[in-house]
Amino acid sequence: MILPALFFYLFAGVCVASAVMVIVSRNPVHSVLYLILAFVNASGLFVLMGAEFLGMMLIVVYVGAVAVLFLFVIMMLDVDFTELREGFLEYLPIGLVIGGIFLAELLLVAGGWVMKPDTAKQITAAIPTNVSNTEALGLVLYTKYIHYFQIAGMVLLVAMIGAIVLTLRHKAKVKRQDINVQNARTPELAMAVRKVASGQGLQDSDAAEWVK
Amino acid sequence: MSFSSAGYQLLPVLPELVLAVGAMALLMLGAYRSEGTTTRLVTGLAVVLLVLTGVLELMLPAGKLTTFGGSFIVDDFARFLKILAIIGSAVTLILSTEFLSDPSRRIFEYSILVLLSTLGMMVLISAADLIMLYLGLELMSLALYVVAASNRDNAKSTEAGLKYFVLGALSSGMLLYGASLIYGFTGTVDFAGIAAAVKTGSVGIVFGLVFLLAGLCFKVSAVPFHMWTPDVYEGAPTPVTAFFASAPKVAALAVFTRVTLTAFPGIVPQWQQILVFVAIASMALGSFAAIGQRNIKRLMAYSSIGHMGFALVGLASGTVEGAQGVLVYIAIYVAMTLGTFAVILSMKRDGQPMEQISDFAGLSRTNPMLAFFFAMLLFSLAGIPPLAGFFAKWYVFVAAIKAGLFTLAVIGVLTSVVGAFYYLTIIKVMYFDEPAGQIEPMRIELRTVLAVAGIFNIFFFVYPGPLVSVATAAAKSLF
Repeated sequence: MILPALFFYLFAGVCVASAVMVIVSRNPVHSVLYLILAFVNASGLFVLMGAEFLGMMLIVVYVGAVAVLFLFVIMMLDVDFTELREGFLEYLPIGLVIGGIFLAELLLVAGGWVMKPDTAKQITAAIPTNVSNTEALGLVLYTKYIHYFQIAGMVLLVAMIGAIVLTLRHKAKVKRQDINVQNARTPELAMAVRKVASGQGLQDSDAAEWVK
Repeated sequence: MSFSSAGYQLLPVLPELVLAVGAMALLMLGAYRSEGTTTRLVTGLAVVLLVLTGVLELMLPAGKLTTFGGSFIVDDFARFLKILAIIGSAVTLILSTEFLSDPSRRIFEYSILVLLSTLGMMVLISAADLIMLYLGLELMSLALYVVAASNRDNAKSTEAGLKYFVLGALSSGMLLYGASLIYGFTGTVDFAGIAAAVKTGSVGIVFGLVFLLAGLCFKVSAVPFHMWTPDVYEGAPTPVTAFFASAPKVAALAVFTRVTLTAFPGIVPQWQQILVFVAIASMALGSFAAIGQRNIKRLMAYSSIGHMGFALVGLASGTVEGAQGVLVYIAIYVAMTLGTFAVILSMKRDGQPMEQISDFAGLSRTNPMLAFFFAMLLFSLAGIPPLAGFFAKWYVFVAAIKAGLFTLAVIGVLTSVVGAFYYLTIIKVMYFDEPAGQIEPMRIELRTVLAVAGIFNIFFFVYPGPLVSVATAAAKSLF
């Protein structure tokens, strides 16, 4: 029983510490690396709770895609982070005050926390015991919750359209590959067979026709 | 397998399915068709698609239909507001034709995004659990962020999109946090289940409710979550502003009403005090902050904040009359707003849009018809009888008085007097100042929208029966 508790405090402690480091470290690349560390620890917490699918997804999606994307953006864009950070200390006191009030209120709520006895019964999908996590999710995601799944798909479609609308620019001077034109190209279009008289070579007029 | 198809009929979502598939088909059409007339064609077809969706919505069997295990609900309330949202979106697309005809902004995706946003609104209006609510809200908002920035070479438009996105993401976060607290304390995300579990207002539930309402207040731009509104309204292209002021407000107010009345009927006093505060603050800010405005779009932003305050007065009463008042209010508000924006869109001189209030000077002499209709719309927005806007306010204030909220009603009437000042200022500029010059002739689609909205406003008092009775039936379906 002591081992899970030990690992819980290990993961939770490292997670919180690296989350703090994300905002205090001076180098933005270090911030992203700390963020990755925080994600990995959070996924460890998920595994401890028996939600191994969520744990793995956290690593695949957040570490594998999101954090690496962050890293790319930070390395590619020339953003002066020290300048961005200038106001940080200035706003720190008021931030701490508001955060403190908020924390006190949350503790007040958590202190009065009484779980309704029938809460566990009311969970809409009973947790199956004989199947793995992933399978259990799959069983409801595409059947019982198909509508959520589909609407989430529409949200992602909007995100894709939005990204294209806001960033794609058709530049006039860029040469583009037109596959239809390429496929329609025939040897007659591309080649011209000339009988060259010996000792003369091609004439300039032939060359003009040849470069089509 | 435990899953069965019972409770998963597709008939109630048929209009949404048609809209979703149609939007994707139009997207393909736009992507594969060569440029030129594509934008025009897609916009036209999008309006047709919206009309078709509205007709399908009306043809659904009467009564209360639920599907997807009770998480999607079609009742009279949903029908009324969906039709209103569809009208708002369709009219916006019609108002946008000129904006889209500019060669530099020929983006057919604009119509697709409006369609998908409308799909989000319909999901939101029909949502009967918290997950559906959130998905609908995100689908609606995400498309709105993009259309706000759709004039991407304009710094103000880009700023509007970014500001809206950042603050919208923050409000979504608050809403989700509230939803998770509510789920934690009740053990269900279903509105009916929450209503059954919440009999007394424990601190935790109220805490979750406050966060949920904060997220919703942001979407209806009620004080104190209104900061984004003036900047976004001013920065976004004018047709987009017309859109923001109409359809999304309908959907957000719909979900506001449904959540408070169907999920938390057990703790009315708890949310009533929140709504009373929000309503008073919105009405006061909408009236006082608008006085100093010089830009008509900013003025309309403050006007919409104030009007949302008036609508929330009806909701704060928590009764059938209150819900009916909200429905009548939002319907009349949409008509007034769309008409007003048709006027703002037609204010052009030498091809340049004019957005300052001083540009309206002497409009009564250069363009008497336009000035007359605009004056009527402004009188209506101010709530002067016998125009439609007066009846909108009448219903919400009567509901508030019947519920015993006298202070709220008195403050509402007082702020509407203050609000009348800035509407009357514009009328004074139009009728008594020296003309600033001729404006371009009004386009036919703007003229049609203005005529319909204006006639509805002026003659509403002659025959208010149909709208009021439909609103009453819709409000009753919630209780």
